[in-house]
Amino acid sequence: MDRFVFLTLDGLSKGAVYAAFALALVLIWRGTRVVNFAQGAMSVATVYVAYSVSDATGSYWLGFAAALVSAALLGAVIELVVARRVHDAPPLNAIVVAIGLVLLLQAVLGMIYTNEYLAFPAPFSETALTAGGLTLLSPYDLFVFAVVAGLLVLLTLLFTRTPVGLRMRASAFAPEVSRLLGVDVALMRTLGWVLAAMVGSLAGLLVIPTELGLHPTAMDDIFVAAFTAAVVGGLDSPAGAVVGGLVVGVLLSYVGGYVRSDATPLAVLALLVVVLLVRPGGLFAVPQARRV
Amino acid sequence: MAPLLEVEALSCGYGPIGVLRDVTLTVERSSIVAVLGANGAGKTTLLRTLSGLLRPTSGRVVFDGTDLRGVAVEQVVRRGLAHVPEGRGVVAELTVEENLRLGGLWRRDQQDAKKALAEVYELFEPLARRRRSVGHQLSGGERQMLALGRALVARPSLLLLDEPSLGLAPRVTAQIMALLAQLREQTGLTVLLVEQNVRSALSVADHGVVLSVGEVAMSAPAARLRDDDDLRHAYLGF
Repeated sequence: MDRFVFLTLDGLSKGAVYAAFALALVLIWRGTRVVNFAQGAMSVATVYVAYSVSDATGSYWLGFAAALVSAALLGAVIELVVARRVHDAPPLNAIVVAIGLVLLLQAVLGMIYTNEYLAFPAPFSETALTAGGLTLLSPYDLFVFAVVAGLLVLLTLLFTRTPVGLRMRASAFAPEVSRLLGVDVALMRTLGWVLAAMVGSLAGLLVIPTELGLHPTAMDDIFVAAFTAAVVGGLDSPAGAVVGGLVVGVLLSYVGGYVRSDATPLAVLALLVVVLLVRPGGLFAVPQARRV
Repeated sequence: MAPLLEVEALSCGYGPIGVLRDVTLTVERSSIVAVLGANGAGKTTLLRTLSGLLRPTSGRVVFDGTDLRGVAVEQVVRRGLAHVPEGRGVVAELTVEENLRLGGLWRRDQQDAKKALAEVYELFEPLARRRRSVGHQLSGGERQMLALGRALVARPSLLLLDEPSLGLAPRVTAQIMALLAQLREQTGLTVLLVEQNVRSALSVADHGVVLSVGEVAMSAPAARLRDDDDLRHAYLGF
Protein backbone atom coordinates (compact mmCIF):
# COMPACT_ATOMS: atom_id res chain seq x y z
CA MET A 1 0.00 0.00 0.00
CA ASP A 2 2.81 2.40 0.93
CA ARG A 3 4.48 1.66 -2.33
CA PHE A 4 1.25 2.22 -4.23
CA VAL A 5 0.76 5.66 -2.66
CA PHE A 6 4.36 6.59 -3.36
CA LEU A 7 4.22 5.44 -6.97
CA THR A 8 0.93 7.26 -7.53
CA LEU A 9 2.22 10.55 -6.14
CA ASP A 10 5.51 10.22 -7.97
CA GLY A 11 3.60 9.45 -11.17
CA LEU A 12 1.37 12.48 -10.72
CA SER A 13 4.40 14.68 -10.24
CA LYS A 14 5.98 13.39 -13.46
CA GLY A 15 2.57 13.52 -15.10
CA ALA A 16 2.22 17.22 -14.28
CA VAL A 17 5.35 17.87 -16.32
CA TYR A 18 4.13 15.68 -19.17
CA ALA A 19 0.88 17.64 -19.03
CA ALA A 20 2.70 20.95 -19.38
CA PHE A 21 4.79 19.66 -22.24
CA ALA A 22 1.74 18.13 -23.93
CA LEU A 23 0.05 21.54 -23.65
CA ALA A 24 2.92 23.06 -25.60
CA LEU A 25 2.31 20.52 -28.37
CA VAL A 26 -1.44 21.17 -28.31
CA LEU A 27 -0.93 24.95 -28.55
CA ILE A 28 0.99 24.59 -31.80
CA TRP A 29 -1.20 21.81 -33.16
CA ARG A 30 -4.37 23.85 -32.69
CA GLY A 31 -2.95 26.91 -34.38
CA THR A 32 -1.10 25.30 -37.26
CA ARG A 33 -2.04 21.59 -37.54
CA VAL A 34 1.60 20.70 -37.08
CA VAL A 35 3.06 18.41 -34.40
CA ASN A 36 6.15 20.28 -33.35
CA PHE A 37 8.69 17.48 -33.20
CA ALA A 38 11.35 20.08 -32.35
CA GLN A 39 9.61 20.97 -29.07
CA GLY A 40 11.99 18.83 -27.00
CA ALA A 41 15.15 20.21 -28.56
CA MET A 42 13.83 23.78 -28.25
CA SER A 43 13.06 23.16 -24.60
CA VAL A 44 16.52 21.74 -23.87
CA ALA A 45 18.16 24.70 -25.58
CA THR A 46 16.41 27.09 -23.21
CA VAL A 47 17.36 25.00 -20.16
CA TYR A 48 20.97 25.35 -21.28
CA VAL A 49 20.41 29.11 -21.25
CA ALA A 50 19.14 28.78 -17.67
CA TYR A 51 22.22 26.71 -16.85
CA SER A 52 24.61 29.34 -18.22
CA VAL A 53 22.84 32.27 -16.60
CA SER A 54 22.56 30.48 -13.24
CA ASP A 55 26.19 29.51 -13.50
CA ALA A 56 27.28 33.11 -14.15
CA THR A 57 25.00 34.79 -11.60
CA GLY A 58 24.67 32.11 -8.96
CA SER A 59 20.90 32.53 -9.00
CA TYR A 60 18.57 29.72 -10.00
CA TRP A 61 15.71 32.17 -10.52
CA LEU A 62 17.60 34.47 -12.89
CA GLY A 63 18.37 31.39 -14.98
CA PHE A 64 14.72 30.36 -14.80
CA ALA A 65 13.59 33.77 -16.09
CA ALA A 66 16.30 33.83 -18.77
CA ALA A 67 15.12 30.44 -20.05
CA LEU A 68 11.56 31.68 -20.47
CA VAL A 69 12.67 34.86 -22.25
CA SER A 70 14.97 32.93 -24.58
CA ALA A 71 12.12 30.48 -25.24
CA ALA A 72 9.85 33.31 -26.35
CA LEU A 73 12.54 34.56 -28.73
CA LEU A 74 13.34 31.08 -30.02
CA GLY A 75 9.66 30.35 -30.62
CA ALA A 76 9.16 33.60 -32.53
CA VAL A 77 12.29 33.14 -34.64
CA ILE A 78 11.47 29.54 -35.54
CA GLU A 79 7.90 30.46 -36.50
CA LEU A 80 8.89 33.50 -38.55
CA VAL A 81 11.92 31.98 -40.26
CA VAL A 82 11.04 28.30 -40.63
CA ALA A 83 7.52 27.21 -39.69
CA ARG A 84 5.76 29.97 -41.62
CA ARG A 85 7.41 28.78 -44.84
CA VAL A 86 6.07 25.25 -44.55
CA HIS A 87 2.63 26.24 -43.30
CA ASP A 88 0.92 25.83 -46.65
CA ALA A 89 3.07 22.87 -47.70
CA PRO A 90 2.08 19.19 -47.26
CA PRO A 91 2.29 18.06 -43.59
CA LEU A 92 5.31 15.86 -44.27
CA ASN A 93 7.38 18.96 -45.10
CA ALA A 94 6.70 20.43 -41.68
CA ILE A 95 7.71 17.16 -40.01
CA VAL A 96 10.95 16.91 -41.99
CA VAL A 97 11.77 20.53 -41.20
CA ALA A 98 11.06 19.95 -37.49
CA ILE A 99 13.36 16.92 -37.42
CA GLY A 100 16.00 19.00 -39.17
CA LEU A 101 15.63 21.57 -36.42
CA VAL A 102 16.10 18.87 -33.77
CA LEU A 103 19.36 17.73 -35.38
CA LEU A 104 20.56 21.32 -35.76
CA LEU A 105 19.73 22.36 -32.19
CA GLN A 106 21.20 19.21 -30.66
CA ALA A 107 24.39 19.52 -32.70
CA VAL A 108 24.85 23.19 -31.78
CA LEU A 109 24.16 22.48 -28.10
CA GLY A 110 26.67 19.61 -28.19
CA MET A 111 29.30 21.90 -29.71
CA ILE A 112 28.81 24.61 -27.10
CA TYR A 113 28.20 22.55 -23.99
CA THR A 114 29.73 19.15 -24.93
CA ASN A 115 27.70 15.94 -24.92
CA GLU A 116 28.36 15.23 -21.25
CA TYR A 117 25.58 15.28 -18.70
CA LEU A 118 25.68 18.57 -16.81
CA ALA A 119 24.23 18.95 -13.34
CA PHE A 120 21.19 21.19 -13.28
CA PRO A 121 20.03 21.32 -9.68
CA ALA A 122 16.52 21.76 -8.32
CA PRO A 123 15.72 24.89 -6.32
CA PHE A 124 14.13 22.85 -3.53
CA SER A 125 14.92 19.59 -1.82
CA GLU A 126 14.09 16.46 -3.79
CA THR A 127 14.00 14.30 -0.68
CA ALA A 128 10.49 13.00 -0.12
CA LEU A 129 8.77 14.00 3.08
CA THR A 130 7.30 11.24 5.22
CA ALA A 131 4.22 11.36 7.36
CA GLY A 132 3.08 8.53 9.60
CA GLY A 133 5.46 6.10 7.93
CA LEU A 134 4.17 6.96 4.45
CA THR A 135 6.62 8.31 1.93
CA LEU A 136 4.91 11.25 0.28
CA LEU A 137 6.06 14.10 -1.92
CA SER A 138 9.27 16.11 -1.86
CA PRO A 139 9.22 19.90 -1.58
CA TYR A 140 10.32 19.96 -5.20
CA ASP A 141 7.31 17.85 -6.22
CA LEU A 142 5.07 20.39 -4.52
CA PHE A 143 6.84 23.15 -6.43
CA VAL A 144 6.22 21.29 -9.71
CA PHE A 145 2.51 20.89 -8.90
CA ALA A 146 2.19 24.57 -7.99
CA VAL A 147 3.91 25.75 -11.15
CA VAL A 148 1.85 23.52 -13.44
CA ALA A 149 -1.39 24.48 -11.67
CA GLY A 150 -0.46 28.15 -11.99
CA LEU A 151 0.30 27.62 -15.66
CA LEU A 152 -3.11 26.05 -16.24
CA VAL A 153 -4.88 28.93 -14.51
CA LEU A 154 -2.93 31.51 -16.51
CA LEU A 155 -3.53 29.79 -19.84
CA THR A 156 -7.23 29.36 -19.10
CA LEU A 157 -7.57 33.04 -18.21
CA LEU A 158 -5.60 34.05 -21.28
CA PHE A 159 -7.76 32.05 -23.66
CA THR A 160 -11.17 32.69 -22.12
CA ARG A 161 -10.90 36.18 -20.62
CA THR A 162 -8.66 38.26 -22.88
CA PRO A 163 -9.19 39.69 -26.37
CA VAL A 164 -5.92 38.23 -27.57
CA GLY A 165 -6.97 34.79 -26.30
CA LEU A 166 -10.24 35.06 -28.20
CA ARG A 167 -8.32 36.07 -31.32
CA MET A 168 -5.96 33.10 -30.93
CA ARG A 169 -8.83 30.63 -30.55
CA ALA A 170 -10.75 32.09 -33.48
CA SER A 171 -7.62 32.02 -35.66
CA ALA A 172 -7.04 28.38 -34.80
CA PHE A 173 -10.61 27.29 -35.52
CA ALA A 174 -11.52 29.49 -38.49
CA PRO A 175 -8.54 31.35 -39.97
CA GLU A 176 -10.32 32.73 -43.01
CA VAL A 177 -13.35 34.04 -41.12
CA SER A 178 -11.02 35.53 -38.53
CA ARG A 179 -9.15 37.46 -41.20
CA LEU A 180 -12.43 38.84 -42.53
CA LEU A 181 -13.16 40.04 -38.99
CA GLY A 182 -9.87 41.92 -38.88
CA VAL A 183 -7.79 39.40 -36.92
CA ASP A 184 -4.11 39.23 -37.87
CA VAL A 185 -4.04 35.43 -38.09
CA ALA A 186 -0.33 35.25 -38.96
CA LEU A 187 0.52 37.23 -35.83
CA MET A 188 -1.66 34.92 -33.73
CA ARG A 189 0.24 31.93 -35.13
CA THR A 190 3.55 33.51 -34.12
CA LEU A 191 2.12 34.19 -30.67
CA GLY A 192 1.05 30.54 -30.45
CA TRP A 193 4.62 29.44 -31.10
CA VAL A 194 5.96 31.92 -28.55
CA LEU A 195 3.54 30.66 -25.94
CA ALA A 196 4.21 27.01 -26.75
CA ALA A 197 7.99 27.51 -26.61
CA MET A 198 7.64 29.15 -23.17
CA VAL A 199 5.41 26.36 -21.86
CA GLY A 200 7.80 23.76 -23.28
CA SER A 201 10.73 25.54 -21.66
CA LEU A 202 8.92 25.53 -18.33
CA ALA A 203 8.36 21.79 -18.61
CA GLY A 204 12.06 21.30 -19.35
CA LEU A 205 13.09 23.45 -16.38
CA LEU A 206 10.85 21.38 -14.13
CA VAL A 207 11.82 17.93 -15.36
CA ILE A 208 15.57 18.11 -16.00
CA PRO A 209 16.50 18.23 -12.27
CA THR A 210 14.62 14.94 -11.77
CA GLU A 211 16.38 13.24 -14.69
CA LEU A 212 19.98 12.25 -15.27
CA GLY A 213 20.99 15.84 -15.97
CA LEU A 214 21.26 18.30 -18.79
CA HIS A 215 22.13 16.79 -22.17
CA PRO A 216 21.24 17.82 -25.76
CA THR A 217 18.91 14.80 -26.00
CA ALA A 218 17.61 15.04 -22.42
CA MET A 219 14.04 15.84 -23.49
CA ASP A 220 13.69 13.05 -26.08
CA ASP A 221 12.04 10.55 -23.70
CA ILE A 222 9.90 13.32 -22.20
CA PHE A 223 8.80 14.28 -25.69
CA VAL A 224 7.61 10.75 -26.41
CA ALA A 225 5.70 10.59 -23.11
CA ALA A 226 4.17 14.04 -23.61
CA PHE A 227 3.27 13.32 -27.22
CA THR A 228 1.54 10.16 -26.04
CA ALA A 229 -0.22 12.21 -23.36
CA ALA A 230 -1.40 14.70 -25.98
CA VAL A 231 -2.66 11.89 -28.23
CA VAL A 232 -4.39 10.20 -25.29
CA GLY A 233 -6.19 13.45 -24.52
CA GLY A 234 -6.80 14.39 -28.13
CA LEU A 235 -4.37 16.82 -29.76
CA ASP A 236 -7.06 19.50 -29.96
CA SER A 237 -7.95 19.54 -26.30
CA PRO A 238 -5.93 21.45 -23.68
CA ALA A 239 -7.93 19.76 -20.91
CA GLY A 240 -7.24 16.44 -22.60
CA ALA A 241 -3.51 17.16 -22.61
CA VAL A 242 -3.55 17.72 -18.86
CA VAL A 243 -5.54 14.57 -18.10
CA GLY A 244 -3.47 12.63 -20.62
CA GLY A 245 -0.27 13.85 -18.97
CA LEU A 246 -1.38 12.72 -15.53
CA VAL A 247 -2.61 9.35 -16.84
CA VAL A 248 0.66 8.67 -18.65
CA GLY A 249 2.69 9.80 -15.65
CA VAL A 250 0.90 7.50 -13.22
CA LEU A 251 0.85 4.59 -15.65
CA LEU A 252 4.59 4.81 -16.28
CA SER A 253 5.22 5.09 -12.57
CA TYR A 254 3.33 1.82 -11.96
CA VAL A 255 5.13 0.08 -14.81
CA GLY A 256 8.48 1.32 -13.52
CA GLY A 257 7.67 0.38 -9.95
CA TYR A 258 5.83 -2.93 -10.32
CA VAL A 259 7.19 -4.39 -13.56
CA ARG A 260 10.73 -3.17 -14.12
CA SER A 261 12.19 0.29 -14.40
CA ASP A 262 13.58 -0.17 -17.92
CA ALA A 263 10.17 -1.19 -19.29
CA THR A 264 8.74 2.34 -19.24
CA PRO A 265 9.89 3.46 -22.72
CA LEU A 266 8.23 0.35 -24.11
CA ALA A 267 5.07 0.99 -22.09
CA VAL A 268 4.77 4.52 -23.52
CA LEU A 269 4.93 3.25 -27.06
CA ALA A 270 2.48 0.43 -26.30
CA LEU A 271 0.02 2.97 -24.87
CA LEU A 272 0.46 5.20 -27.91
CA VAL A 273 -0.26 2.31 -30.28
CA VAL A 274 -3.32 1.20 -28.30
CA VAL A 275 -4.80 4.71 -28.22
CA LEU A 276 -4.19 5.22 -31.92
CA LEU A 277 -5.86 1.90 -32.70
CA VAL A 278 -8.83 2.23 -30.36
CA ARG A 279 -9.53 5.92 -30.22
CA PRO A 280 -7.32 7.89 -32.63
CA GLY A 281 -9.05 11.17 -31.83
CA GLY A 282 -8.13 10.85 -28.18
CA LEU A 283 -10.30 10.36 -25.11
CA PHE A 284 -11.57 13.93 -25.28
CA ALA A 285 -12.31 14.06 -28.98
CA VAL A 286 -15.61 15.73 -29.74
CA PRO A 287 -17.47 14.52 -32.83
CA GLN A 288 -16.56 16.88 -35.63
CA ALA A 289 -19.48 19.02 -36.70
CA ARG A 290 -19.91 18.54 -40.41
CA ARG A 291 -19.32 21.79 -42.20
CA VAL A 292 -21.87 22.47 -44.89
CA MET B 1 -21.70 61.57 -54.51
CA ALA B 2 -19.53 58.82 -55.95
CA PRO B 3 -20.86 55.27 -55.69
CA LEU B 4 -19.73 53.34 -52.60
CA LEU B 5 -18.30 50.49 -54.63
CA GLU B 6 -17.04 50.47 -58.18
CA VAL B 7 -15.85 47.26 -59.76
CA GLU B 8 -14.01 47.84 -63.00
CA ALA B 9 -13.21 45.12 -65.55
CA LEU B 10 -12.44 42.65 -62.79
CA SER B 11 -10.99 39.28 -63.79
CA CYS B 12 -10.01 36.54 -61.42
CA GLY B 13 -9.40 32.83 -61.40
CA TYR B 14 -7.94 29.95 -59.47
CA GLY B 15 -4.91 29.03 -61.53
CA PRO B 16 -4.97 29.52 -65.29
CA ILE B 17 -8.73 29.11 -65.66
CA GLY B 18 -10.59 32.37 -65.32
CA VAL B 19 -13.66 32.37 -63.10
CA LEU B 20 -14.52 36.04 -63.50
CA ARG B 21 -14.07 37.86 -66.79
CA ASP B 22 -14.29 41.63 -67.11
CA VAL B 23 -16.91 42.10 -64.42
CA THR B 24 -17.99 45.72 -64.10
CA LEU B 25 -20.62 46.86 -61.65
CA THR B 26 -21.48 49.79 -59.43
CA VAL B 27 -23.11 49.85 -56.01
CA GLU B 28 -24.67 53.17 -55.02
CA ARG B 29 -24.70 54.29 -51.41
CA SER B 30 -27.58 52.96 -49.32
CA SER B 31 -28.72 50.62 -52.06
CA ILE B 32 -29.23 46.89 -52.11
CA VAL B 33 -27.74 45.14 -55.13
CA ALA B 34 -28.43 41.48 -55.82
CA VAL B 35 -25.95 39.38 -57.78
CA LEU B 36 -27.86 36.50 -59.31
CA GLY B 37 -26.90 33.51 -61.35
CA ALA B 38 -26.63 29.74 -61.44
CA ASN B 39 -24.24 27.59 -59.46
CA GLY B 40 -20.70 28.16 -60.68
CA ALA B 41 -21.46 31.52 -62.26
CA GLY B 42 -18.73 33.11 -60.16
CA LYS B 43 -20.87 34.82 -57.52
CA THR B 44 -18.89 33.63 -54.52
CA THR B 45 -15.61 34.26 -56.32
CA LEU B 46 -16.75 37.83 -56.93
CA LEU B 47 -17.33 38.45 -53.21
CA ARG B 48 -14.07 36.76 -52.24
CA THR B 49 -12.20 38.98 -54.68
CA LEU B 50 -13.92 42.11 -53.36
CA SER B 51 -12.89 41.40 -49.76
CA GLY B 52 -9.34 40.49 -50.79
CA LEU B 53 -9.42 36.75 -50.05
CA LEU B 54 -8.62 36.28 -53.73
CA ARG B 55 -6.37 38.55 -55.75
CA PRO B 56 -7.74 39.69 -59.12
CA THR B 57 -5.69 38.92 -62.21
CA SER B 58 -6.74 42.26 -63.68
CA GLY B 59 -9.17 45.10 -63.13
CA ARG B 60 -9.76 47.04 -59.96
CA VAL B 61 -12.06 47.49 -56.99
CA VAL B 62 -12.63 50.99 -55.68
CA PHE B 63 -14.36 51.12 -52.33
CA ASP B 64 -15.32 54.48 -50.84
CA GLY B 65 -12.70 56.23 -52.93
CA THR B 66 -9.78 53.84 -52.25
CA ASP B 67 -8.40 51.15 -54.47
CA LEU B 68 -8.62 47.91 -52.50
CA ARG B 69 -5.77 46.30 -54.40
CA GLY B 70 -2.91 45.97 -51.96
CA VAL B 71 -5.14 46.28 -48.90
CA ALA B 72 -4.71 43.19 -46.70
CA VAL B 73 -7.80 41.10 -45.95
CA GLU B 74 -7.63 41.87 -42.22
CA GLN B 75 -7.59 45.61 -43.03
CA VAL B 76 -10.65 45.60 -45.28
CA VAL B 77 -13.13 45.45 -42.39
CA ARG B 78 -11.45 48.50 -40.85
CA ARG B 79 -12.42 50.45 -43.95
CA GLY B 80 -16.07 49.55 -43.54
CA LEU B 81 -16.48 46.46 -45.71
CA ALA B 82 -17.89 43.40 -43.95
CA HIS B 83 -17.98 40.07 -45.78
CA VAL B 84 -20.28 37.33 -44.46
CA PRO B 85 -18.96 34.25 -46.24
CA GLU B 86 -20.92 31.36 -47.68
CA GLY B 87 -21.94 28.75 -45.13
CA ARG B 88 -22.31 31.64 -42.68
CA GLY B 89 -18.82 31.58 -41.21
CA VAL B 90 -19.90 31.23 -37.61
CA VAL B 91 -16.95 29.95 -35.57
CA ALA B 92 -18.65 26.75 -34.39
CA GLU B 93 -16.36 26.24 -31.39
CA LEU B 94 -17.01 29.71 -29.92
CA THR B 95 -20.10 30.89 -28.10
CA VAL B 96 -22.61 33.34 -29.54
CA GLU B 97 -21.23 36.08 -27.31
CA GLU B 98 -17.62 35.31 -28.32
CA ASN B 99 -18.52 35.32 -32.00
CA LEU B 100 -20.14 38.71 -31.63
CA ARG B 101 -17.27 40.14 -29.59
CA LEU B 102 -14.84 38.89 -32.22
CA GLY B 103 -16.63 41.10 -34.75
CA GLY B 104 -15.74 44.24 -32.82
CA LEU B 105 -12.30 43.44 -31.39
CA TRP B 106 -10.44 45.46 -34.00
CA ARG B 107 -12.32 48.64 -33.19
CA ARG B 108 -10.61 51.51 -31.39
CA ASP B 109 -13.91 52.65 -29.90
CA GLN B 110 -14.65 49.67 -27.64
CA GLN B 111 -17.52 51.58 -26.00
CA ASP B 112 -19.29 51.74 -29.33
CA ALA B 113 -18.44 48.11 -30.06
CA LYS B 114 -20.24 47.16 -26.84
CA LYS B 115 -23.16 49.35 -27.81
CA ALA B 116 -23.30 47.76 -31.27
CA LEU B 117 -23.27 44.33 -29.63
CA ALA B 118 -26.22 45.28 -27.44
CA GLU B 119 -28.07 46.52 -30.51
CA VAL B 120 -27.51 43.19 -32.23
CA TYR B 121 -29.09 41.40 -29.28
CA GLU B 122 -32.10 43.71 -29.57
CA LEU B 123 -32.33 43.08 -33.28
CA PHE B 124 -32.02 39.29 -32.94
CA GLU B 125 -33.79 38.20 -29.79
CA PRO B 126 -33.03 34.47 -30.25
CA LEU B 127 -29.33 35.30 -30.03
CA ALA B 128 -29.79 37.16 -26.75
CA ARG B 129 -31.36 34.02 -25.30
CA ARG B 130 -28.46 31.85 -26.45
CA ARG B 131 -25.44 33.95 -25.51
CA ARG B 132 -23.57 31.03 -23.96
CA SER B 133 -24.39 28.41 -26.60
CA VAL B 134 -21.56 27.40 -28.87
CA GLY B 135 -21.91 27.84 -32.61
CA HIS B 136 -22.60 24.24 -33.53
CA GLN B 137 -25.60 24.10 -31.18
CA LEU B 138 -27.42 26.77 -33.17
CA SER B 139 -30.05 26.22 -35.83
CA GLY B 140 -29.42 27.34 -39.39
CA GLY B 141 -31.50 30.48 -38.91
CA GLU B 142 -29.72 31.36 -35.68
CA ARG B 143 -26.36 30.91 -37.37
CA GLN B 144 -27.37 33.25 -40.14
CA MET B 145 -28.51 35.81 -37.58
CA LEU B 146 -25.22 35.41 -35.73
CA ALA B 147 -23.12 35.86 -38.86
CA LEU B 148 -25.15 38.88 -39.86
CA GLY B 149 -25.13 40.33 -36.34
CA ARG B 150 -21.38 39.80 -36.04
CA ALA B 151 -20.85 41.76 -39.25
CA LEU B 152 -23.06 44.57 -37.91
CA VAL B 153 -20.94 44.90 -34.74
CA ALA B 154 -18.26 46.34 -37.05
CA ARG B 155 -20.77 49.03 -38.15
CA PRO B 156 -19.89 48.50 -41.81
CA SER B 157 -20.88 50.81 -44.61
CA LEU B 158 -21.00 47.89 -47.07
CA LEU B 159 -22.19 44.41 -46.28
CA LEU B 160 -21.26 41.56 -48.61
CA LEU B 161 -23.65 38.65 -48.06
CA ASP B 162 -23.05 35.27 -49.65
CA GLU B 163 -26.25 33.22 -49.99
CA PRO B 164 -27.95 34.27 -46.75
CA SER B 165 -31.01 32.15 -47.62
CA LEU B 166 -29.02 28.91 -48.02
CA GLY B 167 -30.70 26.11 -46.09
CA LEU B 168 -33.20 28.39 -44.38
CA ALA B 169 -36.97 28.04 -44.21
CA PRO B 170 -38.79 30.53 -46.48
CA ARG B 171 -40.21 32.33 -43.45
CA VAL B 172 -36.72 32.87 -41.97
CA THR B 173 -35.39 33.98 -45.35
CA ALA B 174 -38.19 36.54 -45.57
CA GLN B 175 -37.29 37.83 -42.10
CA ILE B 176 -33.64 38.26 -43.07
CA MET B 177 -34.57 40.11 -46.27
CA ALA B 178 -36.98 42.38 -44.39
CA LEU B 179 -34.23 43.11 -41.90
CA LEU B 180 -31.84 44.15 -44.67
CA ALA B 181 -34.44 46.60 -45.97
CA GLN B 182 -34.97 47.90 -42.44
CA LEU B 183 -31.23 48.40 -41.84
CA ARG B 184 -30.93 50.26 -45.12
CA GLU B 185 -33.77 52.59 -44.09
CA GLN B 186 -32.52 53.17 -40.56
CA THR B 187 -28.73 53.27 -40.91
CA GLY B 188 -28.10 53.83 -44.60
CA LEU B 189 -26.40 50.43 -44.90
CA THR B 190 -25.36 49.35 -48.38
CA VAL B 191 -25.71 45.67 -49.26
CA LEU B 192 -24.25 43.54 -52.02
CA LEU B 193 -26.17 40.30 -51.90
CA VAL B 194 -25.30 37.09 -53.71
CA GLU B 195 -28.28 34.79 -54.06
CA GLN B 196 -29.60 31.74 -55.86
CA ASN B 197 -32.99 32.45 -54.37
CA VAL B 198 -33.90 34.99 -57.04
CA ARG B 199 -37.41 35.81 -55.84
CA SER B 200 -36.44 36.68 -52.29
CA ALA B 201 -33.35 38.61 -53.40
CA LEU B 202 -35.36 40.70 -55.85
CA SER B 203 -37.99 41.34 -53.20
CA VAL B 204 -35.59 43.73 -51.42
CA ALA B 205 -33.00 44.66 -54.05
CA ASP B 206 -32.93 47.96 -55.93
CA HIS B 207 -30.75 46.58 -58.64
CA GLY B 208 -29.99 43.16 -60.04
CA VAL B 209 -26.86 41.91 -61.76
CA VAL B 210 -26.99 38.54 -63.51
CA LEU B 211 -23.69 36.65 -63.71
CA SER B 212 -23.33 33.88 -66.25
CA VAL B 213 -20.16 31.80 -66.53
CA GLY B 214 -18.10 34.57 -64.96
CA GLU B 215 -19.45 37.45 -67.03
CA VAL B 216 -22.11 40.06 -66.44
CA ALA B 217 -24.95 38.90 -68.66
CA MET B 218 -27.35 41.57 -67.64
CA SER B 219 -27.72 44.47 -65.23
CA ALA B 220 -31.06 46.16 -64.59
CA PRO B 221 -33.21 47.72 -61.89
CA ALA B 222 -34.71 45.01 -59.73
CA ALA B 223 -38.23 46.14 -60.58
CA ARG B 224 -37.61 45.43 -64.25
CA LEU B 225 -36.17 41.99 -63.52
CA ARG B 226 -39.19 41.28 -61.36
CA ASP B 227 -41.87 42.49 -63.72
CA ASP B 228 -40.57 42.00 -67.24
CA ASP B 229 -41.49 38.39 -67.96
CA ASP B 230 -39.39 38.08 -71.11
CA LEU B 231 -36.31 39.41 -69.41
CA ARG B 232 -36.76 37.22 -66.36
CA HIS B 233 -37.38 34.20 -68.49
CA ALA B 234 -34.33 34.82 -70.67
CA TYR B 235 -31.84 35.49 -67.90
CA LEU B 236 -33.20 33.87 -64.79
CA GLY B 237 -35.02 30.92 -66.29
CA PHE B 238 -38.43 31.21 -64.69
